[in-house]
Amino acid sequence: MRLIYLALVPFLALTACSNSERDSGLLSGTLGWDDPAVNAEDQNDPKSQAFFEKTIGDRVFFEVDQYTLNNSAKAALDTQAQWLMNNRGYVIIVEGHADEQGTREYNLALGFRRAQSVQEYLVARGVSGLRLKTRSYGKERPIEICSVERCYSKNRRAVTLLTAGLS
Amino acid sequence: MRLIYLGVLAMAVWANTSLAQNGPLKIEINDGVIEPLTFAIPIFEAENLEAAAVATEISRIVAADLISSGLFREIPSNRFISRRTTFAEAVRYPDWRAINTQALMTAAVKTTSSGRLTVKFRIFDIFSGVQLGSGMQLAGDTKAIRRMAHKVADQVYERITGEGPYFDSKIVFVSESGPKDNRRKRLAIMDFDGESVQFLTGNENIVLAPRISNNGKQVLYTSWETGFPQIYLLNVGTAGRKRLPTPKNGMGFSPRFSPDSKRIVYSFERGGNSDIYLMDLATARSARMTSSPSIDTAPSFSSDGRQIVFESDRSGTQQLYIMPVSGGTPKRISFGNGRYGTPVWSPRGDLIAFTKQSNGRFGIGVMRTDGSEERLLSASFLDEGPTWSPNGRVIMFAREDRGPKGAPSLYSVDITGRNLRALNLRAPASDPSWGPVQP
Repeated sequence: MRLIYLALVPFLALTACSNSERDSGLLSGTLGWDDPAVNAEDQNDPKSQAFFEKTIGDRVFFEVDQYTLNNSAKAALDTQAQWLMNNRGYVIIVEGHADEQGTREYNLALGFRRAQSVQEYLVARGVSGLRLKTRSYGKERPIEICSVERCYSKNRRAVTLLTAGLS
Repeated sequence: MRLIYLGVLAMAVWANTSLAQNGPLKIEINDGVIEPLTFAIPIFEAENLEAAAVATEISRIVAADLISSGLFREIPSNRFISRRTTFAEAVRYPDWRAINTQALMTAAVKTTSSGRLTVKFRIFDIFSGVQLGSGMQLAGDTKAIRRMAHKVADQVYERITGEGPYFDSKIVFVSESGPKDNRRKRLAIMDFDGESVQFLTGNENIVLAPRISNNGKQVLYTSWETGFPQIYLLNVGTAGRKRLPTPKNGMGFSPRFSPDSKRIVYSFERGGNSDIYLMDLATARSARMTSSPSIDTAPSFSSDGRQIVFESDRSGTQQLYIMPVSGGTPKRISFGNGRYGTPVWSPRGDLIAFTKQSNGRFGIGVMRTDGSEERLLSASFLDEGPTWSPNGRVIMFAREDRGPKGAPSLYSVDITGRNLRALNLRAPASDPSWGPVQP
């Protein structure tokens, strides 16, 4: 995975001049190791995975040790749900994550709760539960690596991951 | 690899006729403050020319093992007065008393062209002026030098402390590499002292929290091999693995063996909620043990296999609970100030080790099984995941530094809270699980 990430960097550097803001976001790590290669598609195509990740927004954040959705998370999920209803070809995996302030097993369980909160909200907004799966990574996949709240707040997240539909 | 115990060398009688004022040589390690016992280990004698290098290596490993327990302090060889101490020669007690030696070990090593290795050794109580117990002899394979040394050290430790051995044991752990936001993890196994590391899995999937069985033959762990966390069972000898069938519509994690290795307890997530389940390995059938909207996880069997201890946030924060394996209402045992997780029952049955979070720090602690006599043994930015030595005397855990360069390493500490030491490993490591003393 690391090799793939490194290989993408030169390409991103080339596109940087067209949109430096977007690029800096990618380089600072919002392109997760397990995210699909977003630049393989045109981010301007409003039906693309890349558009969902960058323009709609693929993640919501949680308070310390919480799994309830705050108002900004709900607003973000309203937008996600709308888009997902209009783009029914994707199967969705909601990934729950925790920051490093917790034991490994507890954080795994907490990540499951966070993923479930998002799944339930999306279903309540009309997204078919048949398209949705959840998983937790606990504290295993931080995207920010400092040990202060500025980073912790980015790591306490649930990410809505799109994969090509199977059927 | 198999070591054969050849038994006593001679009918030396345990002489309790103490000449020293402090009584016979014996470390009582339940005392609060322990002064390490002064120990002389002259380089083992080589009985044949080819055995010289092996004899030196074994004597250094034996010394390192004993020193690592925190109960022994080695007297440097440049202070020895008896320059040549052959195995057959009578011990000149005054020479050793003069340099304040409490215990002396003499040993001889023999190798054969067919690959046999024999070590015979004696321990002397210098102040009492007697041999401690009988001489002993161990035989094995010349390819298993480290194991031979650990076995010898175990015999010495056992004889002097009266405690069970632990040096000739393996530890399964997670070996880590790569930056913090792209950590690679793989299962590995090593000797208790961090030597002889062997990998058990590749690093293409996240693997977590390996738990070795009491017979040392199998390892349970959680892997994202399918893209989702699932429980796997790995055969240590072959490194073959299989996924264990957990109930449908959910994910299993945090498994641990029963003492007889026939059952496992684990956490199972369904609909966002995690409960404790029990699986019989022969039939692969699972039964639910807890049914609560809280996070119930990190279960561990009691040493007699009749109860489990686990963590739950049913009270609002992570706390420790005990319940019978046959079912019943969980009983909370932790009531201190803070959060308690990852409980592990000691092999002796008397204590439960745990990870405690309080005031923004993590520490490893122990309490009695009714929750009384809680003691913290360590504290740092992040200490986590205790595991017990086979004799229940030592706890190993992972400590991670803060910040972008933070990486975990393994530490051990005596259950008295003394002798905190970092294991000398070449790569970051986490999630240790201490296996049995090898047969």
